[in-house]
Amino acid sequence: MSLDNTNGKLVRMANQIATFFKSQPEAERIQGVATHINKFWEPRMRKAFFELVEQGDAGFDPIVISAAAIIKRPGGPAQPSEASEHIDSAMLEAGFSD
Amino acid sequence: MPLISEIDFGTPASRSEKMVTLTIDGNEITVPEGTSIMRASMEAGIEVPKLCATDMMDSFGSCRLCLVEIEGRGGMPASCTTPVAPGIKVSTQTQRLKDVRRGVMELYISDHPLDCLTCAANGDCELQDMAGAVGLRDVRYGYDGDNHVKARNDGAINIKWSPKDETNPYFTFDPAKCIVCSRCVRACEEVQGTFALTIEGRGFDSRVSAGMHEDFLSSECVSCGACVQACPTATLIEKSVIEIGQPEHSLVTTCAYCGVGCSFKAEMRGEELVRMVPWKDGQANRGHSCVKGRFAYGYSTHKERILNPMIREKISDPWREVSWEEALAHTAAEFRRLQYQYGRDSVGGITSSRCTNEETYLVQKLVRAGFGNNNVDTCARVCHSPTGYGLGATFGTSAGTQNFDSVEHTDVVMIIGANPTDGHPVFASRLKKRLRQGAKLIVVDPRRIDMVSSPHVKASHHLPLRPGTNVAVVTSLAHVIVTEGLYDEKFIRERCDWSEFEDWAAFVAEPHHSPEEVEKLSGVPAEEIRGAARLFATGGNGSIYYGLGVTEHSQGSTTVMAIANLAMATGNIGRPGVGVNPLRGQNNVQGSCDMGSFPHELPGYRHVSDDATRDIFEKLWGVTISNEPGLRIPNMLDAAVDGSFKGIYIQGEDILQSDPDTKHVSAGLAAMECVVVQDLFLNETANYAHVFLPGSTFLEKDGTFTNAERRINRVRKVMTPRNGYADWEVTQNLAKAMGLDWNYTHPSEIMDEIAATTPSFAMVSYSYLEKMGSVQWPCNEKAPLGSPIMHVNGFVRGKGKFIRTEYVATDEKTGPRFPLLLTTGRILSQYNVGAQTRRTDNVVWHEEDRLEIHPNDAELRGVHDGSWVKLMSRAGDTTLRALITERVAPGVVYTTFHHPTTQANVITTDFSDWATNCPEYKVTAVQVSPSNGPSQWQVDYDEQARQSRRIAGKMEAAE
Ligand code: SF4
Ligand code: SF4
Ligand code: SF4
Ligand code: FES
Repeated sequence: MSLDNTNGKLVRMANQIATFFKSQPEAERIQGVATHINKFWEPRMRKAFFELVEQGDAGFDPIVISAAAIIKRPGGPAQPSEASEHIDSAMLEAGFSD
Repeated sequence: MPLISEIDFGTPASRSEKMVTLTIDGNEITVPEGTSIMRASMEAGIEVPKLCATDMMDSFGSCRLCLVEIEGRGGMPASCTTPVAPGIKVSTQTQRLKDVRRGVMELYISDHPLDCLTCAANGDCELQDMAGAVGLRDVRYGYDGDNHVKARNDGAINIKWSPKDETNPYFTFDPAKCIVCSRCVRACEEVQGTFALTIEGRGFDSRVSAGMHEDFLSSECVSCGACVQACPTATLIEKSVIEIGQPEHSLVTTCAYCGVGCSFKAEMRGEELVRMVPWKDGQANRGHSCVKGRFAYGYSTHKERILNPMIREKISDPWREVSWEEALAHTAAEFRRLQYQYGRDSVGGITSSRCTNEETYLVQKLVRAGFGNNNVDTCARVCHSPTGYGLGATFGTSAGTQNFDSVEHTDVVMIIGANPTDGHPVFASRLKKRLRQGAKLIVVDPRRIDMVSSPHVKASHHLPLRPGTNVAVVTSLAHVIVTEGLYDEKFIRERCDWSEFEDWAAFVAEPHHSPEEVEKLSGVPAEEIRGAARLFATGGNGSIYYGLGVTEHSQGSTTVMAIANLAMATGNIGRPGVGVNPLRGQNNVQGSCDMGSFPHELPGYRHVSDDATRDIFEKLWGVTISNEPGLRIPNMLDAAVDGSFKGIYIQGEDILQSDPDTKHVSAGLAAMECVVVQDLFLNETANYAHVFLPGSTFLEKDGTFTNAERRINRVRKVMTPRNGYADWEVTQNLAKAMGLDWNYTHPSEIMDEIAATTPSFAMVSYSYLEKMGSVQWPCNEKAPLGSPIMHVNGFVRGKGKFIRTEYVATDEKTGPRFPLLLTTGRILSQYNVGAQTRRTDNVVWHEEDRLEIHPNDAELRGVHDGSWVKLMSRAGDTTLRALITERVAPGVVYTTFHHPTTQANVITTDFSDWATNCPEYKVTAVQVSPSNGPSQWQVDYDEQARQSRRIAGKMEAAE
């Protein structure tokens, strides 16, 4: 897939996030990716994201695919936030900017 | 409103805590030990005559005017060089003193022109004042003998006379008026740290000289103005004072250029700005300035400034000037149409880091309450968004930990990816002062920046890393600190989570983080990494200052975390002299982030999904706020290209020039149906705009800026907005046109709303700022005086968090087609995209962007110094002229991005930080080849720009 279009960028961005969390302790990885995307991706980006995931051959990192299960569907009900000692959720409590 | 006159105590304050009591002219006074008699007198309200002393510099004792008598001691010591002693009795006025002082003044005046009435310093001349103070009534010696005053003596050429030096665009040097007090020389050394001036010759032959007998412009002088301010006579004086005359009133305000946030007195005559003089009580700058804030304000009256609103249907049409009412009604109707047609989320806004906190707050409020979505972002996206993310994750706040004064207590400074002498000059001067006192310096930067080696400053270590390897190098520093046991266990156990530390320590200790391994990919000799790590961990108070060279990478956020880890591991947080200090680019980057400019958070860094926070604003604003994050700038552009984002309100930003991958930005803008630009000039983004709303300058509005040390400084209106409205009024009028019931009558009311809704601003109000001068947030019941230093008794987030930072090579790699790495930066005299500074005389220092290239790389390609080269990347190509220099390492090229014709961002790619989408400006794989002129893109672009700047019924507006 060419990286020049928006979908290509989306895949690249998700994989970049996965790359960071891959080096984090095991327990934080999938949740980390999901929380990050939930917090920073606008609904239409998440919509496109799910379309790509469902399409199946977009080239997502396996962690991203696993995280998709706990990424919030746009328009859907809010996911209960996990109480894991995770970077993004820790930041949510403290108040921070990106 | 009188002219603010600051007391000159003659010598700097003593820091001693031991107090000494003495008597001066019968008044008992108690001062800190080490205070000069001159200063003590001034504190008692007695002004001893003086010429060579001023409290910005150490005393020198050369003029002999400040003599006093001390009971029981013989002679007449100089009060500026004599410290106080317990119990002494000082007389400042006796017959003997009067006679000597008159004699001294007579000698000065006998070699000084007597054209006081027509002199530009008339009314503001210390020589005049002293002649008056000592009662000088006649001068017995004429100019017949030796003098520096007359070009000719009896027809013969007077070799002691020198002509005026008018080469500097902002001030003149008239040696005929010089009294050789050397205040200018000392100001340049002690305050600015440039050492551009010297005293040549001795005795009567001595004179001030710039550089090696050069004129000011060709010398090392950086035009900071410190010498001009120090000069007691008209020898060094602002050209604006020569042209206009002496000011009659002044107001204290804040520089609108960089994140240092210097305080200035705007000295006025009516509504005309005579000069900007750095304010000694300014907590960020302590009376110093750089060329931009001091002199480069001429853009505010530049002829290209747009003063009337304009609209057009298509961007190929010429602009049509319209009334404010029409422009705002049109904009409101367009945004409503777009939302009706394409949905509520099809429009958004961009806030400005150059505007005030109050203005930024209003723009995000307009988006959230008026547009009904969270599509608001700010240019901090492209500079410091990783700072917020990284420091938020590790410490719990999105801001630097120190005040600027902290540098006076530091022992080892590490500068990473910043070039303070150019980007943050006043901070650089303060840092150099500390380095001259013996603090040590480590520089981590691909370029040999000025800090690495300049007069009386030499870095102990320079780590010239390959662009893109920051994470590897900083993690390797941690490797050395952990494996050699140099970490501060007590601090970590007390302040951080020990098990997280252990996890992190095991991670950084892995062999692939060793300096020897990291040398292979960063190019930094392992020994330098080891040496730097040892020095930082063991050299006393260690502080880290970093800039865009850290953030503007695909691993920008990771590097910020690595820096935070390093500071925690060495216990360098929570007291003066240490800390993690992001050097912010634009004046109000900190403030615009604080004010809720990001699409995922409300003012005070609270996520939009947090119900309690939304509730505060929903109640106050009477609207429902979306709990979903909005689009960030790059996402807005993507959505525009895809057809779901149609309209944007951009206040004070030039995204077409400042954002990466120009072609993608222009495609996004071109795909929108209503682009509204509010700015001073027809900037590059305006080429794609349908509505242009003229903006106002910082001189024309009230408000506040928040600098890099979280300091909230007042901006004060000194003249009527030439465009009719301050920017906050324009936003308010737009909101009203959209049907919102906003009725702010003064920015202070906006600040009151901010304080009422945002806990870290709870105590901030204009009346409180009036009383305090300035405060650093958090400023609330817990910290009523503000917070100069953060995390003092523990981290804001509770325990400091160590986070693993794995190096990942950027996708932007060199190869046979693009073998060189381009990195970008800025220079002293220009600011950001240069829209303001290019419209001032600062252009004499930087007429164009040049490509710095190492001699080896140049030779290989047949590139000569000054010749045109073509710069190519995967994204595009442009041309500019080469500058051959060893400042850059082989394999690396460097340029600035101040001029639109260069279009450096045609070259940069759309790679960005993994966490924040901050663009990767600092690494682009490129090729360089000789060229004979502008690229086709540049030619086309210029033509498009020229066409789109036409205004119906007017001559073509020249850029
Ligand atoms: S303007 Fe600043 S740099 Fe230039 S000579 Fe004066 S003090 Fe030195
Ligand atoms: S130029 Fe001004 S400050 Fe410098 S030595 Fe002459 S009189 Fe003093
Ligand atoms: S540009 Fe920065 S350093 Fe220069 S005067 Fe303004 S705030 Fe100070
Ligand atoms: S002011 Fe003290 S010697 Fe000049």
